Amino acid sequence: MKFSVILDALPYLLEAAVTTIWVSLLGVLLGQVIGVVVCVARQSGGRAADMAGGVYVSFFRGVPLLIQLLLIYYMLPLIGIDVPPLVASIAALGLASGAYVSEIYRGALNAVPHGQSEAALALGFPGRSIWTRILLPQAFRISVPALVNELILLLKASSLISVVGVAELTRTSQTISASNYRPLEIYLAAGVIYLAINGALALFGTLVERRLQQA
Amino acid sequence: MLDLSLLVQYGPSLLRGFGITILCWGAGCLIGMVLGFVLMLLRQLPVKPLRWVIRVYIEVIRGTPFLIQLFLLYSGGPSIGLRLEATTAGILGLGIYGSAYFAEIFRAGYQAVPKGQVEAALSLGMSYGSILKRVIVPAMLVSTIPAIVNMMAILTKETVVLSIITVPELMYEMQTMAAETFATFETILGMALFYWLLVEVVSRLGRRLEARVTRYLTHASPQGSSSETATARA
Repeated sequence: MKFSVILDALPYLLEAAVTTIWVSLLGVLLGQVIGVVVCVARQSGGRAADMAGGVYVSFFRGVPLLIQLLLIYYMLPLIGIDVPPLVASIAALGLASGAYVSEIYRGALNAVPHGQSEAALALGFPGRSIWTRILLPQAFRISVPALVNELILLLKASSLISVVGVAELTRTSQTISASNYRPLEIYLAAGVIYLAINGALALFGTLVERRLQQA
Repeated sequence: MLDLSLLVQYGPSLLRGFGITILCWGAGCLIGMVLGFVLMLLRQLPVKPLRWVIRVYIEVIRGTPFLIQLFLLYSGGPSIGLRLEATTAGILGLGIYGSAYFAEIFRAGYQAVPKGQVEAALSLGMSYGSILKRVIVPAMLVSTIPAIVNMMAILTKETVVLSIITVPELMYEMQTMAAETFATFETILGMALFYWLLVEVVSRLGRRLEARVTRYLTHASPQGSSSETATARA
């Protein structure tokens, strides 16, 4: 073990960790949007939408993320969309996350009493504002712990995008350890950085949860 | 679309790859469960430092990406004299990764065993070993089966990551085939469909096992364990 190796590599690792963080954040944001849309479509879009949503959820939860990533990475150019690996990676993370998020919201919606949407309907709320003013805000609040958990899972999963050459934490660790022949130290450092980010996220999640409980 | 003659040409290597996938998965699950069970038992001992070490182990494994753990084991291992073949490293890595999750699953199951049953067994003069074997483990297995099945399905998906450290499993063989035939997209699409099916089969079998085990439970002791099963799933 040589700690000076870690110190030398640290600036590069931290820079890569920033990429990891924002790729995961963008992935989660995209996942949120997709998840909410899929969830609402499945609940109120009729049988065809429900079935399509069901296939989407089943596919993206059943197929390993690495394969989804390669599929999107190779499929986009085939249909004429030429995007950098970074964009393909964020799309893959978002699509995968969306499948899980839509299920999280589905569970949370079940926890909102049915009488509330009936009451809103009786009061003459249009369908869309029942969703935006009554169901989704409560579902969001209920699902905060699960969503933070989802963010942590996605951050760990983002290590897989190193395969398509995105210079995030895992890829950068690979590059550095290939040049200085010190894989043990470098991967340990990378592991500690991942752990620290996840610890911070978990703490943030607890704070948000406590805040929401007070409100 | 995919030229069918390719399947004939690459069939044997794909089949071998699938065999290694199943081997890694089975052995990884087994190591993970045994190690997880031992960790859970050790955590019950009234030794503070030991509990603390196990807790750190579990948090570290659950807080870092599986790929980083694999790299540490496979590329970092030789630095401390641990030279493993890719497949061995993959199985071990899968086992270590799974053990942290299985330890938590088993702990929840252990805590869900009613204290009264253990006390009753103690008052009947049973030794701790036989209480474990005849009272705790059977009740625990039943309440944790959904979570165990879920974890096994997750590990099925994680086996593809082993291809990155060159374990010659299905994903690796498929990528070789894709690189040699330039039928990249078709190959990956085929693989996606195959794994989708595989994970579905694992979950279905798991659900069947779950139904069977729970039915047995309602015969043996009718004290409504269905709620426990539900919490274990969450």
